[in-house]
Amino acid sequence: MSEHGRNQGSGSATAGAPERPLLFQGARIIDPVTGREIRGDLLVRAGRIAAIDRNIAPPEGAVTIDCAGACLAPGIVDVGVKVGEPGERHKESYRTASAAAAAGGVTTIVTRPDTAQPIDTPETLEFVRRRAAEVAEVRIFPMAALTRRREGREMSEIGLLMDAGAVAFTDGDHVVEDTKVLTRCLTYAAMMGAKVVGHVQDPGLSRNAAATAGKFAALKGLPAVPAMAERMGLERDLALVELTGADWHADQVTTRSALAALARAKEAGLAVTAGCSIHHLTLNEFDIGDYRTFFKLKPPLRAEEDRVAAVEAVASGLIDIIASMHTPQDEESKRLPFEEAASGAVGLETLLPAALRLVHGGHLDLPRLFRALALRPAEIFGLEGGRMEAGAPADLVLFDPDRPFILDRFSLHSKSKNTPFDGARMEGRVLGTWVGGRRIFAAEEG
Amino acid sequence: MTVSPPAGLEGRHLLGIEPLSVEEILRILDLAEEYVTLNRQAVKRTDTLAGLTQINMFFEASTRTQASFEIAGKRLGADVMNMAMQASSIRKGETLIDTATTLNAMHPDILVVRHPHSGAVNLLAQKVNCAVINAGDGRHEHPTQALLDALTIRREKGRLTRLTVAICGDIAHSRVARSNILLLGKLGNRIRLVGPRTLLPRGFAELGAEIHENMEEGLTGADVVMMLRLQKERMDGAFIPSVREYYHRWGLDAAKLAHAKPDAIVMHPGPMNRGVEIDGDLADDINRSVIREQVEMGVAVRMAVMDLLARRLRAGRAAGETG
Repeated sequence: MSEHGRNQGSGSATAGAPERPLLFQGARIIDPVTGREIRGDLLVRAGRIAAIDRNIAPPEGAVTIDCAGACLAPGIVDVGVKVGEPGERHKESYRTASAAAAAGGVTTIVTRPDTAQPIDTPETLEFVRRRAAEVAEVRIFPMAALTRRREGREMSEIGLLMDAGAVAFTDGDHVVEDTKVLTRCLTYAAMMGAKVVGHVQDPGLSRNAAATAGKFAALKGLPAVPAMAERMGLERDLALVELTGADWHADQVTTRSALAALARAKEAGLAVTAGCSIHHLTLNEFDIGDYRTFFKLKPPLRAEEDRVAAVEAVASGLIDIIASMHTPQDEESKRLPFEEAASGAVGLETLLPAALRLVHGGHLDLPRLFRALALRPAEIFGLEGGRMEAGAPADLVLFDPDRPFILDRFSLHSKSKNTPFDGARMEGRVLGTWVGGRRIFAAEEG
Repeated sequence: MTVSPPAGLEGRHLLGIEPLSVEEILRILDLAEEYVTLNRQAVKRTDTLAGLTQINMFFEASTRTQASFEIAGKRLGADVMNMAMQASSIRKGETLIDTATTLNAMHPDILVVRHPHSGAVNLLAQKVNCAVINAGDGRHEHPTQALLDALTIRREKGRLTRLTVAICGDIAHSRVARSNILLLGKLGNRIRLVGPRTLLPRGFAELGAEIHENMEEGLTGADVVMMLRLQKERMDGAFIPSVREYYHRWGLDAAKLAHAKPDAIVMHPGPMNRGVEIDGDLADDINRSVIREQVEMGVAVRMAVMDLLARRLRAGRAAGETG
């Protein structure tokens, strides 16, 4: 096992692996690499997967887990999670984010730098990594701001931040409006081999918008942004990526028109990748209903045809990553008129059951789902994990994909309870979560 | 105790036209007719709302709507209080919900609320025990305006169905337009939305209205021409190039009105910008313009709405309903 270094992440789980072997028996093992499911056993030694086979005899002193046919998959790698430290610990701390992740089958989180005090210096990044190492049980990899204070004027210390452990650079939902500044940032990042994550949106059209232009926004009288603004933002960034050769990922692509532009760029050989939030894959603008602010997101929820296009893009692999875009907000910032309310929703704990709607709806199979939830995010961000093979870290989630429940937002482990799925009927419960072979979550029976 | 109250409204509040049934709309208009008669008498006072407290909370400046609600409440015998919210607590950082909770503790019976943000009145209504009337929320709805417009049209045209109504001007930012589209649509009228494309986004075509960018075409054969106010901040290059270009193409004057039916009426929710969206002489032409009647109907419609909500309120209290 390598030292506590970059590819291990911050988090106390990495401190030491249990000595006794761990054997999962009778599991439905989901392998996103081969795209297959195997009925069998999985053996863990020293925090890593040692063997996968139809039948493995328990080694001397092994702890055995009877999976009883439940699904065993690579732990989810959730990219773009916001934790409230530093500055807004009342919304989410590393401890509660880790607990929420564990309960949701998420074993690795890649955090956003758009905190109250942006993570734009090595000193702030060091603070965050230390906090994570002290209290978090899941692996935590921080992203840092691309520009100072996320203001889009001066680039941050990309090299020093990489040395301090930043896995990627992003200004979160702030678009770098000045194309000259962005071009320099992308050029410098390309030289350093730093990954840049963009938020694709035309800043002018999206200013002050609270909804997507169309029938819903017209009916409810909400200031709206045309869906086309996303394609414009994407096309601009794609052109600059082509110009600079930067290693670039779009955090969320949510509209049919932007997806077509993404497909053209990928077909033309541009090495770009894209994600989509689980909310844009499972909800549409009409779910906002009577100005329900828990459904206020950035970008805003889209038309049904855009949602369908995004689901198809996940199935085809055009969208590489499904993320929760976990954004904790306190009650006060949501109990406001829709236009004034804060954007964002928590999602660490609901990511898997919500994503299973796509499986139950027949749009994806489980290996394909875990490609988008674990394998691709790990590959794109240069992390271990996402694989069910000997030698891979034993970051695992055991879940029953069919167990129904009604979500009560106050049952969530996050400090903030702003989920759009409150009261929703969901299917799929996490039974257990392991990081490096150590169990960090066990479902209560019942 | 079994009380069989006169029919009120289905809901506890009047937040918009959208949730109202045709029957409820007609019930409001029919009762408003009675109040029109009362308002024209020398003694205009009733005790319908005696003992009830009405608070007008205007988070956005208003003269005529607030005055109309105040007169309506006073004529019904309510204790009316006006709160100029732009000047008070919100300046001190109090949230809308805190304000609602505070007011709720004073046990008002009717809250009349105007707010600059769409949906804010709905939010407030969820947090209070009394009846809430939306006096305009952002760009969303202004239901009593649509009701008074409907009453005016019915009195002038003798019916409120199968009419061609042209709504002209800044549709995009208008709660008056939205409520009128919904109300006139429910009653089976043909609705045309007329204005420059910058003030008429595409989403509106899906609301079941015809879209016209050419004013003459839009007015052709119309029974009712409803003009909307163009806000100052939308003039001068932001949404239209200039006031004079707007007036030239979309300002209502006698020549453009000639395309409508000879007996077409002209309406405006006020306050008017003479020489911007409407010609001054036309606005004053008592043969065509019903703008003053609209103001009169406003008081009657608001009395009818408050009367019906109070019946619902009392019936609920008699039945031991809490909250």
